[in-house]
Amino acid sequence: MAQAASAIRYLRRNGRLLVGIILLLILFLFAFVGRLFVDGNDAYPLSAPANLAPTLEYPFGTDSQGRDLLAVGVMGTYLTTKIGVVAGSLGLGFGTILGFLAAYYGGVLDTVVRWVVDVLLTIPSLLVLVVIASTFQGGIDVNGMALVVALLAWMWPARVIRSQVLTMKQRAFVRVAQLSGSSNLEIIFKELMPNLLPFLGASLVGSVTGAIFASLGLEALGLGPMREPTLGMTIYWVMYYGAFVRGMWWWIMNPIVIIVILFVGLFLVSAGLDELANPRLRRRV
Amino acid sequence: MTPTLELRDVTKVYSGGLFKRRSTVALEKNYISVGGEHPTIVAIAGESGSGKTTMGMLMLGFIEPTSGQVLYKGQDLWALPKPAWTEFRREVQAIFQDPFEVYNPFYKVDHVLMVPIRKFGLAHTRAQEHDLIERALTSVGLRPDETLGRYPHQLSGGQRQRITVARALLLDPKVIIADEPVSMIDASLRATVLKSLRLLRDEAGISILYITHDLATAYHICDEIMVLYQGTVAEAGDVDSVIQAPKHPYTQLLVGSIPWPDPKRKWGQDAVLTQADVFHVETKGCKFAPRCARAMDICRESPPPLFQTEAGRAVTCYLYKDAPVLDGSEIGKVLGQNGRGADEATRDGVVPKPGVPQVGLPG
Amino acid sequence: MSAPILSVQDLRVYYYTEAGAVKAVDGVTLDVARGMKMGLVGESGCGKSTMAMAFMRLIKPPGRIESGQVVLDGTDLVPLSEDRMRRVRLNEISLIPQGAMNSLNPVARVRKQIIDGIQDHNGRFSRAELNDRVEEVLEAVDLRPEVADMFPHELSGGMKQRVCVAIAISMRPKVIIADEPTSALDVVVQRQVMETIQRLQQELGISMILIGHDMGLMAQSIEHLAVMYSGRLAELAEVNAIFEEPLHPYTQLLISTLPVLGAKGVFRGIPGITPSLLSPPPGCLFHPRCPQAQEICQHKVPTWQEIRPGRWVACHKYEV
Repeated sequence: MAQAASAIRYLRRNGRLLVGIILLLILFLFAFVGRLFVDGNDAYPLSAPANLAPTLEYPFGTDSQGRDLLAVGVMGTYLTTKIGVVAGSLGLGFGTILGFLAAYYGGVLDTVVRWVVDVLLTIPSLLVLVVIASTFQGGIDVNGMALVVALLAWMWPARVIRSQVLTMKQRAFVRVAQLSGSSNLEIIFKELMPNLLPFLGASLVGSVTGAIFASLGLEALGLGPMREPTLGMTIYWVMYYGAFVRGMWWWIMNPIVIIVILFVGLFLVSAGLDELANPRLRRRV
Repeated sequence: MTPTLELRDVTKVYSGGLFKRRSTVALEKNYISVGGEHPTIVAIAGESGSGKTTMGMLMLGFIEPTSGQVLYKGQDLWALPKPAWTEFRREVQAIFQDPFEVYNPFYKVDHVLMVPIRKFGLAHTRAQEHDLIERALTSVGLRPDETLGRYPHQLSGGQRQRITVARALLLDPKVIIADEPVSMIDASLRATVLKSLRLLRDEAGISILYITHDLATAYHICDEIMVLYQGTVAEAGDVDSVIQAPKHPYTQLLVGSIPWPDPKRKWGQDAVLTQADVFHVETKGCKFAPRCARAMDICRESPPPLFQTEAGRAVTCYLYKDAPVLDGSEIGKVLGQNGRGADEATRDGVVPKPGVPQVGLPG
Repeated sequence: MSAPILSVQDLRVYYYTEAGAVKAVDGVTLDVARGMKMGLVGESGCGKSTMAMAFMRLIKPPGRIESGQVVLDGTDLVPLSEDRMRRVRLNEISLIPQGAMNSLNPVARVRKQIIDGIQDHNGRFSRAELNDRVEEVLEAVDLRPEVADMFPHELSGGMKQRVCVAIAISMRPKVIIADEPTSALDVVVQRQVMETIQRLQQELGISMILIGHDMGLMAQSIEHLAVMYSGRLAELAEVNAIFEEPLHPYTQLLISTLPVLGAKGVFRGIPGITPSLLSPPPGCLFHPRCPQAQEICQHKVPTWQEIRPGRWVACHKYEV
């Protein structure tokens, strides 16, 4: 109870974190509570009359394929966030494990991992993703999308975690653990990992943001799951059907507003976590 | 009886990297043994670069010697089978310099006491575990109810360091390598930590290798001292006499630089040259010659051997060239023989008086 | 007796945390005369570093100079604007902070770091004048001129610390504050650095405040000593007087814990632990640990008084 109270007190001082959390919470409610009220099927083509501006029956309007844009908004938020979270977590998880092992054991393992990571990092990831995605030629589903994005999301975390572990390895408490008879794996999981949790938390936000960004990019190029009403696919359809020229503002605004709120929320949470981790950034007494 | 730990002709060289052509000799042909029949506290003194930390790391098995052997109970440490290595880990413990860094900030201080109990199977029930911890803490003067359950940042430096001493006590080792255990603690709190270290020897029969650059504290708890300079032994022997009447010019410099808390006893007037001032001068002879005010020609030609100036003292300095020469491996003649057990009076009936150098100790 | 170069009057520095106000410095009054060597000794957490930062007006939120005056050569530094304070720093009062040698910029040569310091606080010099000054200060701290073109990692600990001393004296300030300048250094290097600082202090007539916890170092380096405990001063006097006749019970205990050549194996500590600065005990802060505490100590804060010429104490035993 006392912890909850001090958490709330802290949030009041860390404005960025608070606003960020609120924004994300709004989207979360929109997506998850929205699904209770909106029929998911309405987000697919031919569920409503096409090209309608917002009316009482269809408060967000409809698009050229006959999708109810309210349903599209709800489903899109849910799907894109899901892709981002799955891909971001997979990438971070794999990268973390690799980074840990490489840093702690050193030697050949470290050299190989470092080499692979450095080489892969220099390849423009969007190009690789385009190549991979285009081999599926739009026949990919949401989960497949997440995997494709995760494929190139693990390198940066691997690198960063590796350097963190390298520095931590030198610290005296690791030596003490060795002297206390702890095995290497025990040291990794019980001594080093817990100290990295705040760092991992912040990295997760970054990872998810990156994954969402990558998925939006691919989908806007038409390389995503064509049928699904993800945010990126909506943008693709907006361009494909020339919504700008036709003045269909309700269709254009739909994904854009959601994406803006999403990214601003993620950014503020990330900045807020930065402030949490580094007390010297605090600006108010 | 075989000593617990021994360095036999150990040399450790750190080779330079890609851009550094010169390699550094951290420790050169060193002989020392710790953990013999009588528990002793030996000081390894020197400035940074003297090799004292390297010696500690070698003894703890964290680094390997370039040549020579590190022996654990007579066996080569690096050729030990796994079960013997576990025994080694339990019998040789360490106390480190930084009383904050030795704690994992994620856990409460209890963690550092419980992990070794569990890993070495020192207790079979929760109650036994708790008992063991309580006894260890009280024996170093800490109150369990004030220390357990707290995070490291909630305790003072002195308390944290005493907990590490308690941890070492818990494991009932034979040897403890203490690397500058009080240098990061306030001067006024050092006494309590030092007292607990003495306790380790007096009540638990543990031998301690006390690595330091601060001769004042070394004087107070150690029995013997080995002064290192750039990897070689400068002087070794009984701590009282070495500090009160240092023979090697380097030891004299060290002793003369101790800031005694007495405004009337100031530092000397002679100019002080530090290692950095005599930048990387390659010497064929004595390593201290470039800084030595009394260097002679022979000092610059060849490195001086170990001269045994009296029963409990050896100096590597040509100023004493009339004394008999010892081989490096014979360092045991001046160290180890002065070991004082818990009962000082029983050793040949001689009760050492504090502050008086002891000449002609029985060999 | 000329006016003191630095006069601190009832200085209070509080840190505002979630849990309340931490009174890091709670009513300190002292004077530093021109050319005087003063030491400020106390255990970790007693507020001495906070005081040094307060003198330099470097206290950042959540800390704040609550009240009091810090008068440097006639000017009170507390109400000055940041702009004006910038010009006072380094030029008139400078600080060698704790662990200074570790805060040298690892990618800048020594020359640039000294010049940066000067330019930040006093932009009027030409390139040639700056280089001259660099040479001058390096020579003053006994460093070879080649050091100017080296990087910090090429220097030993003692040399880095002397570079920090050089930066601190580069503008010939009136007062230098050295916060534990030798804490990470070997005993021989420590002596060299302290002797350098002392020599400079004498040659340039700078007043020095040496902050630390090592009474031994104090005995060797300063003439007047102030003893601090949990944010307040306990005692202040000439160093010989303090060692010969310590008045405050805390000072007496501090001195008795020091190792003495000759009394081998005698270990004495101060019982108890330092009080929480968040919720300090009422009355005298030291009373819970004081072997000579009286009834009045438990509820009345002792006044800081000059009970004899040159001897200041805050203790009910001597209250006039």
